[in-house]
Amino acid sequence: MREAATPCQPINPVEPFLRTERMPHIWCPGCGIGTTVNCFARALVESKISPDKVAVVSGIGCTGRVAGYLHLDSFHTTHGRAIPFATGLKLADPSLTVVVYSGDGDLIAIGGNHFIHAARRNVDIKVICVNNFIYGMTGGQVGPTTPIGALATTAPYGCFERPFNLPFLAESSGAVYVARWTAYHVRFIAHSMMEAFNKTGFCFIEIIAPCPTLYQRRNHLGDGLDTMKYYKQKSVIKNGANTKDVELDFQGEIIVGKFVDIERPALKQTIDRQLQQALGSRYSGVGGP
Amino acid sequence: MTDAPPMPTSSRKPRGRIYIDWSRCKGCGFCIEFCPPKVLAFAASYNDHGYHPPRLIREDNCTGCDLCGLYCPDFAIFGVREPIAAQPEKEGASES
Amino acid sequence: MKANPKAVLTGTHFIDGDQACCEGALAAGADFAAGYPITPSTEIVERFASRIPTVGGVFLQMEDELASSIAILGATWGGAKAFTVTSGPGFSLMMEHIGYAAMTETPCVFVDVQRGGPSTGLPTLPGQGDMMQARWGSHGDYEIIALCPNSPQECFDLMIDAFNLAEQYRTPVMFMMDECVGHMTEKVIIPPAGEIEILPRRYTALPPEQYRPFRPCSEGIPEMVKAGEGYRIHVTGLTHDEQGYPAMDWQTQQKLVGRLVEKIRRNASKIVRYEERHTKDAEVIVVAYGITSRIGLRAIAMAREEGIRAGLHRPIVVWPFPDDRIRKLAGKVQGFVVVEMNYGQMFYEVERCAAGARTLLVPHGGGTVHEPKEILAAIREAVR
Repeated sequence: MREAATPCQPINPVEPFLRTERMPHIWCPGCGIGTTVNCFARALVESKISPDKVAVVSGIGCTGRVAGYLHLDSFHTTHGRAIPFATGLKLADPSLTVVVYSGDGDLIAIGGNHFIHAARRNVDIKVICVNNFIYGMTGGQVGPTTPIGALATTAPYGCFERPFNLPFLAESSGAVYVARWTAYHVRFIAHSMMEAFNKTGFCFIEIIAPCPTLYQRRNHLGDGLDTMKYYKQKSVIKNGANTKDVELDFQGEIIVGKFVDIERPALKQTIDRQLQQALGSRYSGVGGP
Repeated sequence: MTDAPPMPTSSRKPRGRIYIDWSRCKGCGFCIEFCPPKVLAFAASYNDHGYHPPRLIREDNCTGCDLCGLYCPDFAIFGVREPIAAQPEKEGASES
Repeated sequence: MKANPKAVLTGTHFIDGDQACCEGALAAGADFAAGYPITPSTEIVERFASRIPTVGGVFLQMEDELASSIAILGATWGGAKAFTVTSGPGFSLMMEHIGYAAMTETPCVFVDVQRGGPSTGLPTLPGQGDMMQARWGSHGDYEIIALCPNSPQECFDLMIDAFNLAEQYRTPVMFMMDECVGHMTEKVIIPPAGEIEILPRRYTALPPEQYRPFRPCSEGIPEMVKAGEGYRIHVTGLTHDEQGYPAMDWQTQQKLVGRLVEKIRRNASKIVRYEERHTKDAEVIVVAYGITSRIGLRAIAMAREEGIRAGLHRPIVVWPFPDDRIRKLAGKVQGFVVVEMNYGQMFYEVERCAAGARTLLVPHGGGTVHEPKEILAAIREAVR
C-alpha cells in the first residue's frame, strides 16, 4: 500500500518510488548508491514522465540491486547484459523510458562490449553508472576503473592496470549525453538525470560513489563521509571539458560536469529512416504499441 | 519516527521541518555534514541497530531545503519547506 | 487466434530449412529477432531482416550471442514475440540466458542449427552434438522443451508449434535443427493465415494489485504481463517469490525451482510428440531424429526386404523425452537401434527407458550423414 501524504505527515519524495516492503536495503552505511536513488526519484518527478512508462534494468552487483528496490517495472538481469536487455525492451516498446542502472564492473568489464555498441548505435537508453572503483558485492576485487596503485583483493599489491576513462569511452563510442558527478553533487546528479530522461539517445551519467566497506577501507580512505568530503574538496566542475582530459587517478582531482550534450538520431530513428528510404510505403515500422 | 526535543536558539520561526525514520538510519553522517545551516547533530541515543541517527539541534534554522533527504543513502530523513503563509510576518524577507 | 495474413507467405515454395524456419517464425507472429552471424544458421535471420520491415517488427544484429540471447528476453518483456538463431559455438554462449529465460519464465524460441563440433568444428557440415546441451546446457535445475524437425516443411510447421509451446508454458523453447535440414531444399507448403493457429500470449486480466508475475494459475504456469502497463513488476534471476522479489532461502528455492520443473514434467504427456513407421509388428526399432531419421527410414526399408521387422520411432519433441512410449515399446521388441550424428547422446535416454532391452548405438562424428548400410548392420545385430 502506498502511503498518501497528509497535511500533518508529508512523504519522503523518494518513498513512492521505493518498494517499501523490501526496506531496509542491503547497502552498507555510507554507501553512495542510495544517495543516487534519491536523485533518481527527484529527477523522475521533475521530468513529469509517468512512472508507469519507466523501466529500470540492472545487472549484477551492489548497484544492480537498485532495480529490486524501485517500485517501477524493473529487471534484474545477468551480469553485464543489462544494456542488450534494455535494447530489446526499448525496441519492442519505444514508448518506454528505459534506464540502465548498474555499476562500473557490470557495465564496463563484462558489459563493456555491449556498452560500446549501444553507444555506437545510439540506443535510446539512459545509463547510470555508479562507479565505486571496485567489485563490491563479491568482496572488493579490482575492476576496470580501479585507479593504479589502489588495493583490491585480486590486486593485493596495488592495481597495475590503467583504468578506463569512462566519459571518454562513452563519448568516443557515440554517446550523445555524457556527464560525471560524484555522490556529493546531489542536485547536479538529479538535474543530469532529468536532462537524460528528456533527451533521446544514449545518455551516460557516471556517478563516483564511496564503497566504504571495501574500496575505502582497504585503501585506508576513511568511511563514506570522509570520502564525500574528499569529493567535495577535490572535485572541479568543468562543464564542456574535453573528455580526454578527465581521467582519474588515485585520490587525485576529480573533474565533474556535463561534458557532452549533442543531438544525433537514436537507433529507432536511424532504423526508420533507412528502411523508409529503402522501402517507402511498404515499411511497416519496428512494431510495438 | 522520533526527534529529541529541539533547542531553539532564537525567536525566529523555522522555515522548514525534517522528518526522520529513526530505524532506517545507519549513522553515516551525510545529512549532518552537508546541511547548509548545520541544524543536525548525532543524537546521544541510538536505534535498534546501534546507530546514532541525527537530531535537530537548531530548529529555527532549518530551511526545509531537503538536502538531507537528497543525501541520505538510507532514505531515513527528508526535509519539507513550510508554506510562506505559515511563517510569521516579522521574518520579513521573502522566500528566495 | 489465427496468424496475421501480412506475415504469412501463403503458397507452395521450394526453399531450404533455414528459409522455412524464418517463415515459420513470421507465421507464428514473431516481430523481434536478435542474432549474430553463425554458419549454418545465418540465413534464417538474413531472411527475417529482409522480411520483417514490411511485416512490422525489427531485426537487430547484436554484437555477440550473449547480447542476442538477452535482447530477445528484453523484447519479450516489452511485448514482442522474439527468437534468436545460432549454431553450436553460439549456443554455448547463450546458455546463461537460456537459464535466465527458464528462471524468469520468459516465452521465446532459441534456434540451434547444429553443425559438427565440438568448438569451431565443422561450420558448414551437419552434426547433432548439441542435443544434451539443449537439455542440460545451463547451470542449475530446469526443464526444457526442444523440438527437432527433419524437413524444411517441418522447419515451418514446428516453428509455429515451438512459439505456441513457449507461450503455453511460459518457457524458452529450443528448436534443434541440423545443417542438413537447414540447407536442404524441398517443397514447403505454407497454408493461408486463417488455417494457422497461434496461441496468444497469456496476458493477465487481473489488476496490478492482484497480479503476481510468478504465481501459478493453471498447470503451475503464471500469467504474463509486459512493461509499461502499470504493473510495476520485478523480474530477477535470483531465486524469487511470487512477486518476483529475491528470496534466497531453501524453502523458496524448492517451491520455485520445483514448480519450474514440474510445470513441464507434469504436462510431458501433452507436450511429447513423435512419429512412428512400421512399429506395430516391429521386432527392432530404430530411434532417430532430424536428418538421421530419414536415413533411418531407408535402412528399415532395407531391413524389411531382408525379412527383419524393423520400425522407426522419431521423436519430434525430443525434450521432454518420450519416456513412456519407449518403455512401452521396450516390452514388445528385441531391441532398439539409436542412430545419431554424435557419439551417443539421446542413446542414453533410450537405454534408460529400455529398461534392459538391448539398445545399440550407431554413432557418427558428424560432417556427413550415416549410410543406410551402417544402420542396417546394427539392425541385424539387434535381432541376432
